[in-house]
Amino acid sequence: MRPKHRIGLLLTTAVLLLGLTGCQRADMSVLDPAGPVAKMQLSIIMLSVYIMSGIFVVAMGILLYVLIRYRSRRGQNQPPKQVEGNNVLEAIWTIIPVILLAILAVPTVTTAFALDAKPTGSNVLNVKVKASQFWWQFEYPDLGIVTAQELHIPTGTKVNLQLETTDVMHSFWVPRLAGKTDLIPGRTNTMWIQADQPGEFQGKCAEYCGPSHGVMDFLVVAEDPRQFQAWTDRMKHPQVQPAGDAAVEGEKLFAQNCASCHSVAGTNFKGALGPNLTGFADRIKVAGVLENTDENVRRWISDPAAVKPGTKMPKVPLNEQQISAVAAFLRDLK
Amino acid sequence: MAKPLEEVLSHPVHTATAPRKRFWLLDYLSTVDHKKIGLMYALIGVFYLIVGGIEALLMRVQLFSPNNHFVSYPLFNQLFTMHGTNMIFFAAMPLIFGLMNLVVPLQIGARDVAFPFMNAVSLWFTFVGALLVNISWFFGDAPSAGWFAYAPIGLNQFNPGHGMDFFIVGLQIAGFGSLMGAINFIATILNMRAPGMTLLRMPLFTWTSLVASGLILFAFPPLTVGLFLYMFDRLFGGHFFDAAMGGNPVLWSHLFWIFGHPEVYIVALPAFGVISEVVATFSRKRIFGYTSMVFATVLIGFIGFMVWVHHMFTVGFGAMADSIFAIATMLIGIPTGIKVFNWLFTMWGGQIRFKTPMMFALGFLPTFVLGGITGVMLSAAPADYQYHGSYFVVAHFHYVLIGGVVFGFFAGLYYWFPKVTGRLMHEGLGHLNFWFMFIGFHLTFFPMHFAGLYGMPRRVPTYNAGVGLEIWNQLSTIGAFVMAVSIVLFAMNVAYAFIRGEKAGNDPWDARTLEWTLPSPVPEYNFAQTPLVRGLDPLWMAKEEGKTTVTPAEPPGPIHMPSNSYLPMVMAVGLFIAGLAAIYHRLFFIVLGLEVIALAMFYHSLNDDEGYHVLPEERALAKGEGA
Ligand code: HEC
Ligand SMILES: [Cu+2]
Repeated sequence: MRPKHRIGLLLTTAVLLLGLTGCQRADMSVLDPAGPVAKMQLSIIMLSVYIMSGIFVVAMGILLYVLIRYRSRRGQNQPPKQVEGNNVLEAIWTIIPVILLAILAVPTVTTAFALDAKPTGSNVLNVKVKASQFWWQFEYPDLGIVTAQELHIPTGTKVNLQLETTDVMHSFWVPRLAGKTDLIPGRTNTMWIQADQPGEFQGKCAEYCGPSHGVMDFLVVAEDPRQFQAWTDRMKHPQVQPAGDAAVEGEKLFAQNCASCHSVAGTNFKGALGPNLTGFADRIKVAGVLENTDENVRRWISDPAAVKPGTKMPKVPLNEQQISAVAAFLRDLK
Repeated sequence: MAKPLEEVLSHPVHTATAPRKRFWLLDYLSTVDHKKIGLMYALIGVFYLIVGGIEALLMRVQLFSPNNHFVSYPLFNQLFTMHGTNMIFFAAMPLIFGLMNLVVPLQIGARDVAFPFMNAVSLWFTFVGALLVNISWFFGDAPSAGWFAYAPIGLNQFNPGHGMDFFIVGLQIAGFGSLMGAINFIATILNMRAPGMTLLRMPLFTWTSLVASGLILFAFPPLTVGLFLYMFDRLFGGHFFDAAMGGNPVLWSHLFWIFGHPEVYIVALPAFGVISEVVATFSRKRIFGYTSMVFATVLIGFIGFMVWVHHMFTVGFGAMADSIFAIATMLIGIPTGIKVFNWLFTMWGGQIRFKTPMMFALGFLPTFVLGGITGVMLSAAPADYQYHGSYFVVAHFHYVLIGGVVFGFFAGLYYWFPKVTGRLMHEGLGHLNFWFMFIGFHLTFFPMHFAGLYGMPRRVPTYNAGVGLEIWNQLSTIGAFVMAVSIVLFAMNVAYAFIRGEKAGNDPWDARTLEWTLPSPVPEYNFAQTPLVRGLDPLWMAKEEGKTTVTPAEPPGPIHMPSNSYLPMVMAVGLFIAGLAAIYHRLFFIVLGLEVIALAMFYHSLNDDEGYHVLPEERALAKGEGA
């Protein structure tokens, strides 16, 4: 009676499985890797999908057959033969899964070790990642650069990440580049990533960390090595001269209201509680989530908690004109 | 052995006859009868299933579109915390204990559980534990650190309100209830089986209940210890999980998952047991590979304790630890696979009747298999670095917990409902109930696999627009409402059964095990005469010999029954007072609450109440056969 529905279900399943093959925009898709780490991880995913769909098809095939063939019919007044079991069959469905799982286990282990090996050599870039309730800091110890929300890396280069948190647990996830590593109080974790092609790769915090966990976003910006070099030069020697009256006024207000938390390289603003704002005008996003437009900068400053509830950045008592001035100052941080 | 009648009647403290009837509500509040306790457990479970379901619907509305502001972020966090906590601890656990209470003593030919009084204590502890966690909404704020309450997000510094205190104290109390319940069932199953029922003649539901109880016995103590440490951190200024003070937050994660992984099997194994009973009955066939089913169950329980680190693959324990726990996790797939194929081959060659319980069992099969498949996928550690903490995991465990536990539980509910109430539910409504749940379920959770693979972390109140996440979330939300309709249909069906349901008779399904030899509803003493068991499926064996019931193992005699008691409820109220007082640091009331418990225990120890006896003549009277 019901098999029709089951066929329908299988068809829907098949249609949904097409989702696996794309036809969706996939800016954060695990299925569209852009570096060796995510590629290795995807190959394990696909291997397990193949093996397990085999098992699923066999099991559901038997189910369908049984439901059609052995449904009760009119006139069956004798109960069916009572079977205790069958050693051969039972051995088969013990041994075959063992073999299939072994096939999955071997690459699982080798990949786990391959990912765990810390890359070495002169061509490796080191970055210290520091997560705090709801933002990310990226420090390049060998280059003397500190930035936030956007991790710039050169393409084709292995990047060693050292991960720490200042408060609760977070987890570093860039689906197209690599799976997660947690940031845990009292621990320093490591992982490595590499981007094979230039692009912006969306990163997410993947361990629940408080009210704004869902918007604790960041970007990995992969550029070809020459452009990356140019970026590091700009970050090391930023232009911090405010141009225009508003920006000059903004700098003063910044010194009074913001410098206790924010620092800017090349100035005497040295606050450490919030993100380093060096080169802020070049950022793609404000606070990791809003497009970096003048309007959004003002929106952020006028009420940070409206964008990220629970954020440590307070609502600073400035009027609209003062906020515009501060925003103008930030516009000039190139 | 029952005492001779003369001795019973001459005993000074005995009331030889049953005490006068109480008002039904008072009877339930003071009952120590496993059937009434089971019913109350099931009611608690269904109630919190609905509460947790409403919480889920609110979340699904919020996630219908990106950047939605239906609920605030902090409220959303409370919703998913309470949803998880309610569903696992206060829906799944009571439902499972409810079924165990209703069915296990009947299946093994016993008149009650080993410790009826303690059974009532377990129930009431579960009740007040659940109450305590849920009333936090009315005391300011509900807990919001997720159902596994990782440190330090759950500690005072990051969670200053009292919500988490309610969570910790409530879970602790409910946990005591579960532990006592497990001990009770282990004692019952090991000691109180009818003559002839060897371990390898026990029905599979009883077997899975035994193994699940064993798991509780070993899995809940780590949780209890963890919760104690948490309580010290939160209420008494301890620093066990506070890294800044030399503590270690990962310690809590370990303790939690050493409990948390077996917990999955604690609720899933009895559901497997239900499926075994239902599939066998509705195929009119003996379960295929009974012995391998038993060993698979034990093996799943055993390996279940060695895989907890797969919940923590991203903590950074290194390739060696991850590999070991990955392989251990894959191993669980083998006994689970054995079970699935045994179910399939039980139906093979049978005469399958598509009654509602069987529909749920058949819905269970593909759903649970998919959950198992994603389980194996998740076990491959490097792949899990991608899935972990994403909607893929949310999809996986709902396939296991709804596909496994809820479908299994509904199969059991429809199956044993006539035994418990004496009435049949409506088949048409039952089928409708099933199809809404089945379709709604897959519509809700299948798309979540893709949401996860497209980069959506779990526990987020919003998601990035324009990256292909909208469609999956919209399908999920629609599916969730379809599931909600199925629960309404279920409620209608229960109402129908009570108002116009057909009388069930002893054996409405042509079943196989001892409980179906009893009248429906079952009399308070269960078996007028203890049955004699000569193999697996005693009722079926009797039917094969042309008999309608199983031969008794003893002559009719007076049946000893325990008396009702309000003390279990009083003790739970004491614990409730002490718990609430601990949250608000009111020493006086803590002592008061504990004193209530101590006094109740003292009274119970000294009170020389040996219960009463039901005499054969009275039983005949009750049956309407005349004296
Ligand atoms: C008490 C410390 C504190 C003060 C004072 C403060 N901020 Fe912040 N600010 C933060 C923190 C913390 C964040 C990170 C918020 C987040 O993303 O969760 C932040 C983020 C920002 C960002 C986004 C940075 C990025 O990397 O995208 C800007 C811009 C900013 N602040 C500007 C200001 C301005 C302008 C002022 C003064 C009017 C100010 N802040 C005052 C702590 C502070
Ligand atoms: Cu975070």
